[in-house]
This record gives sequence, structure tokens and C-alpha cells, in this order.
Amino acid sequence: MAARPRKSASNASAGKAAKSVSESSAEQIVKTLEHFDAPAPAKFSKDDEIRSYRDMLLIRRFEEKAGQLYGMGFIGGFCHLYIGQEAVVVGMQMAMKDGDQVVTGYRDHGHMLATGMEARGVMAELTGRRSGYSRGKGGSMHMFSKEKKFYGGHGIVGAQVPIGTGLAFSNKYEGTDAIAITYFGDGAANQGQVYESFNMASLWKLPVVYVVENNRYAMGTSVNRASAETDFSHRGLSFKIPGFQVDGMDVRAVKAAGDLAAEHCRSGEGPIILEMMTYRYRGHSMSDPAKYRTRDEVQKMRSESDPIEQVKKRLVSDHGMSEDDVKAIDKEVRDVVADAADFAQSDPEPDPSELWTDIYADDIPQAAE
Amino acid sequence: MPRMTMIEAIRDAHGVKMAEDDNVVVFGEDVGYFGGVFRCTAGLQERFGKSRCFDAPINESGIVGTAIGMAAFGLRPVVEMQFADYVYPAYDQIVSEAARLRYRSAGDFTCPLVVRMPTGGGIFGGQTHSQSPEALFTHVSGLKTVVPSNPYDAKGLLIAAIEDNDPVIFLEPKRLYNGPFDGDHDKPVTPWSKHPLGEVPDGRYIVPLGKGAIRREGAALTVLAYGTMVHVAEAAAEMVGIDAEIVDLRTLMPLDLDLIEASVKKTGRCLVVHEATLTSGFGAELVAVVADACFYHLEAPIVRVAGWDTPYPHAQEWDYFPGQARIGGAMKRVMEG
Repeated sequence: MAARPRKSASNASAGKAAKSVSESSAEQIVKTLEHFDAPAPAKFSKDDEIRSYRDMLLIRRFEEKAGQLYGMGFIGGFCHLYIGQEAVVVGMQMAMKDGDQVVTGYRDHGHMLATGMEARGVMAELTGRRSGYSRGKGGSMHMFSKEKKFYGGHGIVGAQVPIGTGLAFSNKYEGTDAIAITYFGDGAANQGQVYESFNMASLWKLPVVYVVENNRYAMGTSVNRASAETDFSHRGLSFKIPGFQVDGMDVRAVKAAGDLAAEHCRSGEGPIILEMMTYRYRGHSMSDPAKYRTRDEVQKMRSESDPIEQVKKRLVSDHGMSEDDVKAIDKEVRDVVADAADFAQSDPEPDPSELWTDIYADDIPQAAE
Repeated sequence: MPRMTMIEAIRDAHGVKMAEDDNVVVFGEDVGYFGGVFRCTAGLQERFGKSRCFDAPINESGIVGTAIGMAAFGLRPVVEMQFADYVYPAYDQIVSEAARLRYRSAGDFTCPLVVRMPTGGGIFGGQTHSQSPEALFTHVSGLKTVVPSNPYDAKGLLIAAIEDNDPVIFLEPKRLYNGPFDGDHDKPVTPWSKHPLGEVPDGRYIVPLGKGAIRREGAALTVLAYGTMVHVAEAAAEMVGIDAEIVDLRTLMPLDLDLIEASVKKTGRCLVVHEATLTSGFGAELVAVVADACFYHLEAPIVRVAGWDTPYPHAQEWDYFPGQARIGGAMKRVMEG
């Protein structure tokens, strides 16, 4: 059988950085970077504002509820809340097209909700019930949706980065214009396999957007205590990957950055790095004494930079919405979350037979007691 | 029927699947232009183009991780680790991602990936080019682990591995690439062209994963072996004149439990042989399986012959390697036990 005609995925001609042989590499990089200065925040229509408000609020309320259910003992194990960082995934989602893929680490509930995965299924996975996205096999850090092109949910710090790179390879191999959005944190940015991925993605000009969610703390270690170069948007320089920093608390800035990055990738220019300057309000996980930062620092971010409050203010001041209009959205979101929480507490636990399913394609003989 | 070396058989298996299915993509270090350090992928880039068979940078974790992304997408990547000793940087990806993708996504995503690697010693490679790490993979649920011992099996097992919907670790005993090495390192190895299992049919056929084979029928004792040790054990049986039944496991996971049980129940005695180090080696699992299934049929304790619990030596390679003398001696002990 003849192979389908496909673009050469591994030997695409070099991009613009290699065009001018007379320039030194350093000059080329500077030029490349100048070309990719952070764009101005996107102009949002009223509908855009409402969508982003609703989607961010859904994540906020969902996470608050997850925190409550954790405290009540309905959720066991690990639970990493996304509160504070909502503008990143919602802004990026608004820049994506159907067919684009998303892969991320373990702080993943927000990413799943942003792709349109059902709150019920996510919450039921947190409580370990049979209608959870992974039928209770994965838990908080390990959920997937083929339908929504969400490739996990990965509990090993940085391990998702080569996987996102492989998704991008597949897009190029298949000749589609889909791009792979690959999220990781400032902590994961120090893992070696991230740089293996950068090299391959740039070498092969793969359509991958590396989104570094810099929330300033890798668990309890602040960025400047772990990273020699704290500007993560520059981490691709040795690989000729352009990047820039983005106000990750402003959903419009994220959307504009996502648009630029998506265009860059879709036009065959290879990978790009977006460093989202963001902040998590809650602890790393549910058992975090938070001694590595002050209450004032957290409070200042909440009161001055909150991504949801920014949109809420604009809805009222720029788009003529009344407090009641906004409250109607709040209620709609609360209802979705309450329904998900009820469902996740009443849904049955997995059938005992599930202990032995989804391990291999077929049942295989194994020694037993 | 064509006669092939194990290298040619592996190359042929790639060719058959790449021609059949353009989801099959082959890459790794020096795999494309150069054709692989042992030439197992030679000619594939010329035949199928640079998007189907290509070189990767030297970054095993990145190679396997990228391949997992491709497999989750729906491609069927076949990647080469240049030596099994180089796989350790990729171990995180193999264990935490490839092996677990099906489970943690409740079957939504799968990982049809083959990771090939030359394994074992006998070429004076020293400690970083001679190891046999199979037990590191058989210990991981979600992986399948294959070790062929001849060209016919290598082709059929590799095709089965590429068609399999789970991640498969494919360990190629490098000392067998050019002939059925029997442990006698002072004489030239017989070429595969003079061995019946060097006959390799054209086109597609499979050797199913999970099915072992009896290489030598015998009544006195059962030898459980795989890879190079199959041939060394056969020679050892001839040397000491014991009517051993040599079982070639071919795949370690899934394991052919029925074949093992039937053979040991027939002979009542069991010797387990592998080249990897003894402690926590795959032989320990085999001993446990046999003890569990055949305890009341055993007439002697089960004995293991394996690599010593040392790093793989350079100058003293043949003192480490479980050769005919050690295996033959162990056969005698099992018969006397």
C-alpha cells in the first residue's frame, strides 16, 4: 500500500532564523525576539468578556468546591488547586481552534474545564467514582478526554513536555494545521526532558506552544531559589525558540499571546514559548503550610490582580451590565458546580472488577495468589 | 526460503509493517541516514523517505516521550535505543507514561509503541554496553517484554509487537545478531545461514506474544531460558549428555505459563538460566511461578544460573557470562538433587 502523501515531519527546511547567513546567531536571536514582543491585550467584545468571565468563574468555583469536599473527606490523596491562574487556560482556549490538543501536568482541573470537559466527570474522578473521566483509575492528576483532545493530566513533573512534542510531530506528519498546547510550570522548566523537547521541536519545526505557567513557586521553592535564569521565556534561546512574557492575570493579554503563538505555529515557524506570569492563591496541594511566602503577598495579588475581578469590573463599567446581570452568571456557574458536587458524592464507587481492566488491550494470563 | 541474519530479519519486519501501514514511523539515534549502529534499520530511509524513518538527537527520554505522544495520537512509532544500557534516561517515560496511559485514561488513550534495544553481552562492551535490563520492564504492569533468540522469531515477534496495541519492550540479544552464539567464544560463531531458524519467510507473519517454544525436547529436566541463553543451554546439554528440555520463553510478559507448567510437570526438575544479574532477576519470578504451579511434581530444588551480582566486567567477560560449563554443572546438580 502506498503511503499517504504527507509533509516531511523531520526534515522541514529551517525557518526564518537561518535565512541570513551573514548575521551571527546572537543577532538572529535578538531579531527573532524583537519580532515576538508581547502583543497588546486582545480587544474583547462583550461576548468575549462574558465567556471568559463565565469560564474563569467556573474554574474558581469548581476548585473552591473541590477544596471543601477535600476538607470533608470526600476527596482523598492529592489535589492541586488552580485558583488564581484561571486567565491562563481560559485565554489560551479562546485562541485555540477545533483539533488543537492540550496536555499539562498535575494542576489540571482548570485545563480540563477550559477544554469543555464536564464538571461532573472531573469532580467524580476527584471523589474516585465510576463516572469519573478515568473511572476512578486516575484521580486528580490523571484525567483524559479523546473527545476534547485533552491528553492529560500527568503526575510526573515535566513528563508531559515530550508528549506534547510528539503530538505536535503527529500534527505535522498528518499534514493538519493543528497545534499542541503543552503546559508546564516554573518547577518543571528545570527538568532535562524539557530541553530535549525544545531541541527536537525546533530542529523539526514542530507546531507546539510551550506555555510556562510561572506561578512563582515550585511547591515551596520560589523561582529565584531554584532557577539560575528566572526569565523562562528566554529558556529557548539556545534552541532558537522565540518566547516572551505575558501578563497571565489578564485574560485579554493571554488571548493575544495565544493568537500570536498559534499563528506562528500554524505557519510552519516551529515552536514558541509563552511565559505566563501568574500566581496561585492556594497552597501547592492541600497539605501546604505556606511558610514560603507572606499572607500580604497573597492578599496583594488577590486584591490588585485577580483575573476574574478584572473582567467583572469591565462587564459593569465598559459593557453596561448590571450587578444583577453578573449575578445571574454567578448563579448559573454555582448551579453547575453544585450539581457536579452532588453527582460526585452520590455516584457509585467503581465496580471491584475495574481493578483488573484497562491494563492491557486483552486479558493476559498472570500468576495469581 | 530466504536465509537471514537476525539483523536482516529485524530490518525486514520494519519494512513489512512500514509498507503496510503508514502510521508506522521509525526513529532513533543514527537510525535513519546511518541505518542504526547494528544496521537494523539500514535502507528504510531510502525506501520510505525521511518522514517515515529518521535520526533523532541523542536524548533517550525525549525520543521515547515524543513517541508516546505520537502513539497517543494514533501513530505506531518504533524507536531504537542504541543499546539497552542507554534506556535509563527514558525509564520515567516508559514506566510513568507509556505503561500507564491506557489505565489512567480508562482506555480513552492507548500507547501502541515499540522500544527496541540491543541487549546482553559477549562483545567486550563492558558495563555500559552489555547489560540485560529485562527485569526492570517485566516488573512494570502495562508493558510487554519480548526477547527473541533467532531470526525467524525476531521477525515474527517484531511484527506482532508493532501490531500490538500496548507498549512493547523488544530486547535484541546483540551476540545473536550474526549467529546462534552458544557460549564457546574461542570458535567462530556458526552463521544463521546454516541454522534452520535462519530461514525467514518473505512478507508478513507473526509469532504471537505470550507463546514460548520448546527448542529441544527432553525428559530429564526443564531449562527455562530466553535470548542467547537458549543456545548456550542447548550446547551445555550436549556437553554433559543430559536429556534436557530447553524452553525458549520468547516473551517474558505475557509469560507462557501453560508451557512452563507442562514441561516441568513432565520432567520434575527445573533449571532457570539468564545472563542478567541474579538478585531480583527475572529468574526469581520464574522460580516462584514453577514452585507455585509444580511444587508437588518437583524431585529436586530449582536452580538458577545467572550473571554474577557485579557490574558487567570488561576483561573478565567470560568469567561473568553464564557459559556452558556453569550451565552444564548446574544441570548435573539438578539431576543429583
